[in-house]
Amino acid sequence: MPKVKPHRTSPSLDMTPMVDLAFLLVTFFMLTTQFRPDEAVVVDPPSSTSDLVAPDSDILTLTIDNKKRVFFGYDKAPVKEAAIKAVGAKYGVSFTPAQVKQFSLLPNFGVPITQLASYLDKDTEERKALNKGLPGIPYDSLNNQMIDWVLEARKANAAQFKKPTFLVIRGDGNADVKTVQTVIKLLQEKDINRFNLLTSLEMKPSFVGQ
Amino acid sequence: MAEIQQKGDSGKGGKKRAKKASTKIDMTPMVDLAFLLLTFFMLTTTFAKPNVMQLTMPVKEKNPNPEEQTKIKASQAVTLILAPNDKIFYYFGLNEPTDKSVPVPEVKVTDFSANGIRKVLLDRKRQQPEPIILIEPYSFEGKEAKYKNMVDILDEMNITDQKKYALVDISKKDIDLIKKQNLPL
Repeated sequence: MPKVKPHRTSPSLDMTPMVDLAFLLVTFFMLTTQFRPDEAVVVDPPSSTSDLVAPDSDILTLTIDNKKRVFFGYDKAPVKEAAIKAVGAKYGVSFTPAQVKQFSLLPNFGVPITQLASYLDKDTEERKALNKGLPGIPYDSLNNQMIDWVLEARKANAAQFKKPTFLVIRGDGNADVKTVQTVIKLLQEKDINRFNLLTSLEMKPSFVGQ
Repeated sequence: MAEIQQKGDSGKGGKKRAKKASTKIDMTPMVDLAFLLLTFFMLTTTFAKPNVMQLTMPVKEKNPNPEEQTKIKASQAVTLILAPNDKIFYYFGLNEPTDKSVPVPEVKVTDFSANGIRKVLLDRKRQQPEPIILIEPYSFEGKEAKYKNMVDILDEMNITDQKKYALVDISKKDIDLIKKQNLPL
């Protein structure tokens, strides 16, 4: 009897469907991805069970870090351009068109208005190096620039887009409550009473005891 | 592997046949690249939109009239003090050190776990269906409650479905009460 030879199958297989799928996914991720912008400060928001989702646009973000610093950010470039001009005019600081353009590209910032011009003149790398030691936007009662930024941005958004602004407080979990309360109180003085605390989602407890 | 076959012309005379090159090409490098890109975009993409917790503060009255303000009944009042190091001090009833007819409340300590403050609040709700909860973040002599604690306690309000609660500043008499009862901060 002849030996039964093992049937040799060719090791090559048709990879076309897999490649199709891979490229489909690549295309999908390439189109949906949004690169995280270079934030001036890194915060770790606390978690909550709230599953409300922030809207897509018109978001004013006040970032509060654990060193009591406040950073201001807005998601629309034209509003920021209008805001920097208005706040600059109030404090007697003028900005060149290049500085205004640069400002509209930053996701957030945390310097007093007097230092803002020189901060904007720096290039990206230098600014990154500076970010650790920034003083934040002044928000005490004598020199309250934070409220001006908020009010001017709201005004500009209402004028340009006819939409209300959604105010988000993005606090670091280790920030102290006092700073957050101070910011909230300052905004309340200007009749802003609705806040949204940015949190990361956590599972709801499975039962609430009976 | 599939390869493009390239046979050199052997030079022998004969009929020249149209060469039948295999149509298969080696796709391995392309697949490698595709998966590399796929991995990259999958890891860098951020789908999750941030979640927010709504906080609506009462409208501040310019000239508050003390007679119009509602007094909290002692039977309803629950005070939660957010202390440093993730602790909660709480007491039921009112703390009026100047008024001798009001008994001094006993301050108890709990934490943010499910068996801590949540149990306290749920137990209280069974005894007193309409509690009014005052949340006071501790802030005295450089010792501060953390923002995380504030979000956690507001979250507990939602979980235990409390109707009436307020975020207020800590009062001097509550700081004194904590000191008097020698609670470790």
